Amino acid sequence: MKRALPWVVPVVILLAWQAASQFGVLRDQIMPAPTAVAEAFWRVLRSGELLRDIEISTWRAFAGFAVGGGIGFALGMLNGLSGLSEKLTDSTLQMVRNIPHLALIPLVILWFGIGEEAKLFLVALGVFFPIYVNTLHGVRSVDRQLLEMARAYGMSERAIFWRVVFPGALPSIFVGLRYGLGIMWLTLIVAETISASSGIGFMAMNAREFMMVDVVVVSILIYALLGKLADSIARLLERTCLAWNPVYADV
Amino acid sequence: MNVSLADPVRESELRVSTDGSSVSLRGITKSFGVQEVLHGIDLDIPAGQFVAIVGRSGCGKSTLLRLVAGLDKPTSGTVEIDGRATGWRDTVRLMFQEPRLLPWQRVAANVEVGLSHRKSGDDRRRLAIETLAQVGLDDRAKEWPSVLSGGQKQRVALARALVSHPRILAFDEPLGALDALTRIEMQSLIEQVWQDKGFTAIVVTHDVTEAVTLADRVLLLDAGRVAMDVTVDLPRPRRHGDPEAAAIEGRILDRLLGR
Repeated sequence: MKRALPWVVPVVILLAWQAASQFGVLRDQIMPAPTAVAEAFWRVLRSGELLRDIEISTWRAFAGFAVGGGIGFALGMLNGLSGLSEKLTDSTLQMVRNIPHLALIPLVILWFGIGEEAKLFLVALGVFFPIYVNTLHGVRSVDRQLLEMARAYGMSERAIFWRVVFPGALPSIFVGLRYGLGIMWLTLIVAETISASSGIGFMAMNAREFMMVDVVVVSILIYALLGKLADSIARLLERTCLAWNPVYADV
Repeated sequence: MNVSLADPVRESELRVSTDGSSVSLRGITKSFGVQEVLHGIDLDIPAGQFVAIVGRSGCGKSTLLRLVAGLDKPTSGTVEIDGRATGWRDTVRLMFQEPRLLPWQRVAANVEVGLSHRKSGDDRRRLAIETLAQVGLDDRAKEWPSVLSGGQKQRVALARALVSHPRILAFDEPLGALDALTRIEMQSLIEQVWQDKGFTAIVVTHDVTEAVTLADRVLLLDAGRVAMDVTVDLPRPRRHGDPEAAAIEGRILDRLLGR
């Protein structure tokens, strides 16, 4: 009974939506019925178009995430551990951080055209900051007392990094990771909608040209699904990696 | 040590190299900025002695302990362990007021932290479990520290300090955060492992009763100097409320309170 509770509202909305379409309150050109959307989904799935677009979008998303997240993580660690490096780069990074990365789209199109590089660049840039900021925060908030203990017990600098600093920063890094995943999809949607010849965003824009509202809705739902899926994987990882923390322990 | 791997635990092996080391401090001063916390301390602690250092907050007792543990360097003067001025860091282990366990490592792995200074690590797990057994927690080896009680955490910290067979064990108010009953249990555990292993024990505490219950010798530190050096020659284990102990305690308290 308790498990079903979160599903009550979505199901009611779906039923109301279907009813509204059925009785002509919602016109098809504004919003097709759920059954029509399901049909469209089945159609694009059968044609292979959907899977191809999901594949290319997912690849773009994660390639950009790997690049931006990787650099953000490395710089966050470096600046957390080295005061010199932090003094040198942090204020510059904070300055750049205050520019909405999507504001760079015109510039990015000038630089890279509308190819893959433009989308990867935007995703990487968007993902970089949440990972950087949270990694830095995580390293800084590692318990000083544990570090002192590790030194007193003769741990090598390497062991201190892997056994104290990294695990201590991990909860915060995961916050950055989940935040970054959100920005990753958002950026990709915008980038694909503006300029692309494949991917889910392209599928939506292409369907709009032909007034196929049902396919547009399918694309939006796919984005929602992919976003939710990525977040669920991150949460699963979080629960596995942070099992020591009573806050994340499986109950 | 000819112990075959099939042979689980040898009593004799546990007692190997468990003698204490002597500590001598010569003209120790320690300053933080312009403020001098310790003013020329000279002190000799023979190997295997149980010493308690008492004093008011800010008298410099924790600072002194950190110098002996090698965590800080004196501003002037020398700390010698067994007559050596350097190279003794790993013979001293320090227990903190907080357990300071790594929350992301299981109990056994936390005890293995005490062996970090060693190059080879083949028998780490076995040594960790053996030492956990000595503090009565070998059945909790696979738990996360977060599920343990405060007293159990401090016992894991004790195992972590003991696992490398230190010749000197320094305690910085290790029982300060525990409830009264757990304190008494921990006191007798510390006394028992000390008698077992024969290391030199140096305990910093603000609790004079605890000092007199545990130590052979109580040092009273006042404003960065040793103000009182009392030998406690009473049979062990000492019971709380023993009249002779109470008399010694009274003398120390009088001096502490300036009566």
